[in-house]
Amino acid sequence: MRALLASGASSLFLFGAAFAAEPVPGEQEGGLPQLDASTYASQIFWLLLTFGALYFVLSRIFLPRLGGVIEERRNRIADDYDQAAEFKRQAEEAQAGYEKALADAKARAASIAAETRASIDAEIAEMEEENDARLDAKIHAAEARIAETAERARDAVFQAARETTREIVSSLTGEAPSEADVDDALTTAREDIHARAA
Amino acid sequence: MSLDVTAMLDAPFDVASWLLGLARGMAAGPMEQFEIVPIVPLTFGEGVDLSFTNASLWMLISFGTALLFFTWATRRAALVPGKAQGSAEVVYEFISKMVRDTMGEEGRRFFPFVFTLFIFVFLSNFLGLLPSLPGSPAAAHSFTPTSHIIVTFTLAVLSVGLVLVYGLYKHGFGFLKLFAPHGVPLWLLPLITPIEIISFLSRPISLAVRLFANMLAGHVVLKVFAGFVAVLLASGPLLMGIAILPLIGIVGVFILEFLVAFLQAFVFAILTCIYLQDALHPAH
Repeated sequence: MRALLASGASSLFLFGAAFAAEPVPGEQEGGLPQLDASTYASQIFWLLLTFGALYFVLSRIFLPRLGGVIEERRNRIADDYDQAAEFKRQAEEAQAGYEKALADAKARAASIAAETRASIDAEIAEMEEENDARLDAKIHAAEARIAETAERARDAVFQAARETTREIVSSLTGEAPSEADVDDALTTAREDIHARAA
Repeated sequence: MSLDVTAMLDAPFDVASWLLGLARGMAAGPMEQFEIVPIVPLTFGEGVDLSFTNASLWMLISFGTALLFFTWATRRAALVPGKAQGSAEVVYEFISKMVRDTMGEEGRRFFPFVFTLFIFVFLSNFLGLLPSLPGSPAAAHSFTPTSHIIVTFTLAVLSVGLVLVYGLYKHGFGFLKLFAPHGVPLWLLPLITPIEIISFLSRPISLAVRLFANMLAGHVVLKVFAGFVAVLLASGPLLMGIAILPLIGIVGVFILEFLVAFLQAFVFAILTCIYLQDALHPAH
């Protein structure tokens, strides 16, 4: 690149030299004004003056001002980015907190539900047990009553049978059998019936 | 220009004779636009002529334009820039990046110099493209300071002089390593060193001639085409129609010159950066 530029420059220089080599007939007639050395002092003087003045105002006033505002903007943008990142972090934290609270609440709700279900189940079981016990008691009482009634009925039947037997025997034989004999006979007959039924 | 302004103002306006006069003025020579015309003569002692000339005026105009532009652009120095500040910042970042890319962070100290160089060369190139008022005195014609070899040479000497002064200041005799590149075998040095020295010495010349020749050639071409237009227009109805061709040529070259005005300022600035890099690190 540099070599290329240098070769281009040297050819341009030759071009310039060709201009310079041309005969300069005079300042007024067709001479290249660029080669009129009498103007050089003035041009250099005013160039250095204006260039120096431009350098002064640019380096002292305008470049620091521009650089300052660009720097300030860059810092501001960086700050804003930082702040945005901080806000994002906070938002994520809040989100995480919310999610944790939500999970906790869910867990608590689930545990409460389970507890309630267990206690209700226990209550139900207790009530069922109680009920069963009460029913059992009633059944037992009823069974006892039934048994009692059956006993009474059996006794009544036995009594009736005893009296009937005595009546029948006394009317058949004319003499009243002793109670023990009647009972004996009836007991034997009953056992006989039972045995036959079995 | 050899136009007689008062005669033109007195005479009833006649397009044909005006064009003829213009054609004569233009055809007189495409080099007249580079003429140095004193405005305020200032002579010191024997032959030290520091006259304020049209060249000085246009250097001053470049300075004034830069001053106005940057004053306007940074009048608020707002965090959210307006159009003017935005464009000034674009230029700032452009040169800043150029300096950083070529020289790194150490090059920061040369940034104001390179920036001034770019702005001055660009405005000189660019403002010289403004058309002159027809019939205005020669001292008021638009003028391109950078179309003068002495101006570009002075700027180039400033750049290369800065390289030399800073290089010697920072590295002392170590700066001479510039002429003995690292890694070159010892027996080659007698050959390489003179080449490096010539290359170094030709830098201001190449910098100066490149800019000067570009400005000179562009303006000469513009003026020659303009001369064609004027001559064709003034030479009767038959040839008038053809005048459109060099006119189109002028428009094309003019657009090209806009590009060249920027490009040459850019080239001048970036070559200065590359040379300054040598001052920072002579042993390349």
